[in-house]
Amino acid sequence: MPASNGPFSRRRFIVTTVAPALALGLSSGQLLRSADAATVTRLPSHGPKPVPVTLLVNGTEHRVAIEPRATLLDTLRDSLNLTGTKKGCDQGTCGACTVLVDGKRVNSCFTLAIMTQGKAVTTIEGLAQGDALHPMQAAFLEHDAFQCGFCTSGQIMSAVGFLSEHRPADDATVREFMSGNICRCGAYPNILAAIQSVAGHA
Amino acid sequence: MNAIAYARATDTPSALATTAEPGSRASYIAGGTNVIDLMKDDVEKPVTLVDITALPMRDIRVGAESIMLGALATMADVADTPAVKANFPVVSEALLLSASAQLRNMATIGGNVLQRTRCSYFRDVSQPCNKRHPGNGCSAIGGENRFHSVIGTSDHCICSHPSDFAAALTAVDARVHTRTASGTRVIAIEDLYVLPGDRPNIENVLAPGELIEAIELPVSAHARNSQYLKVRDRASYEFALVSVAAALETSRGTIRTARVVLGSVAPKPWRAHDVEAALVGRPATPDTFARAAAIASNGMRGFGNNDYKIPLARNTVEQALQAIGGAA
Repeated sequence: MPASNGPFSRRRFIVTTVAPALALGLSSGQLLRSADAATVTRLPSHGPKPVPVTLLVNGTEHRVAIEPRATLLDTLRDSLNLTGTKKGCDQGTCGACTVLVDGKRVNSCFTLAIMTQGKAVTTIEGLAQGDALHPMQAAFLEHDAFQCGFCTSGQIMSAVGFLSEHRPADDATVREFMSGNICRCGAYPNILAAIQSVAGHA
Repeated sequence: MNAIAYARATDTPSALATTAEPGSRASYIAGGTNVIDLMKDDVEKPVTLVDITALPMRDIRVGAESIMLGALATMADVADTPAVKANFPVVSEALLLSASAQLRNMATIGGNVLQRTRCSYFRDVSQPCNKRHPGNGCSAIGGENRFHSVIGTSDHCICSHPSDFAAALTAVDARVHTRTASGTRVIAIEDLYVLPGDRPNIENVLAPGELIEAIELPVSAHARNSQYLKVRDRASYEFALVSVAAALETSRGTIRTARVVLGSVAPKPWRAHDVEAALVGRPATPDTFARAAAIASNGMRGFGNNDYKIPLARNTVEQALQAIGGAA
């Protein structure tokens, strides 16, 4: 983590803790052991002004200056110009912002970009190989699995994450494990068919 | 959302020292699904976020006597662990019936048990709320309270506890392992939470900066025969209206041990001790379950919109007991 130019960056506190056994007056549970008197360094902090952050997105390293509070969603869209990831509710409810972090599907609106350093982020822009669509993208086209398209990036990223979880692809399981992605147009039957076609479900 | 400073913890003592500093207004962040949500609504305004995701607390250790779940294990990690499914079905079911696949990949179990209420007035800073500002008044009493509590409330707060997982943990006698700068302790999950009383801003017994390191699931016969039943407005991705975590141990047709815990009816997971007492020592029959469930709502009191929770609590308890009673 590079040092920042924020007001906290040069503050390093040496905190000496002298084991105050039971001094906390713990009301429940049992104090099992006490730390020895120790010198503990308080953590250096970064921000709140923009700090340099390195992100690995779709196999490419990007260096950006962002505030620590910046979400991965806003950073993808506003700093990296990767606008395929959509902002729907911005509160973890709709799934339009779904991306993969180290292969697992997450809501990018609830992820701080600074916390994804050292991890591999995959967005909808990273699925195709050149002009060759990812099988899930092709299946969404084949099955007409969208109308307005706003939720589609999130649906596809979530579906790709679902496949990697190796669950059965019967109707009930797909519906349950895709419930974090809302489609206001109601394209659910076709989304279900698209996912099942890639999963090899009859 | 207010501006924040960010610190990445590489060792536990430094993290503890940073958050325990008086006036530091530092919060831990791991999965982020609760704290970022509350920060976006200006309900929580930490000055510094201490990222604890690099601390060595992610492992799930399966032993003969218990399973030790590292606090940074995600809800998805725990739900899909075969030993958890086999020995603690109520825990796995509660997790899989919570949130969405994305959120379960993010949210850690340590954060889950400390998640804050879904009360819409608590989350709307333009409304009075004693939990945010003690003394300001409770908007839910006399307001929209369909999701609120029917037991364990006070004149100051009627919020409900939203965690399915915490209700399941209570049914299997889970223990919470914590650490402060001065040592470690183990807290029974039932003793972790406190009722609102006249200080609804205080929700648990943890000291400032005290960190949950692990949650221990002790193996037991009743935990093996357990189930989570969740009643909600839609089939998936929704908080409970009423839920029941039930666990039964029977021997030769007689109930030996019972745990009946209600979720989303109280400001903490609500263990129905009187229902349990009405089960133990009696034959595991539909009649026993019906009679025990009938007293599940003793002491409950509605606030208007949530009156329906009282019969729903009885009915959900009975359905849960009938479901696991036959398998016992």
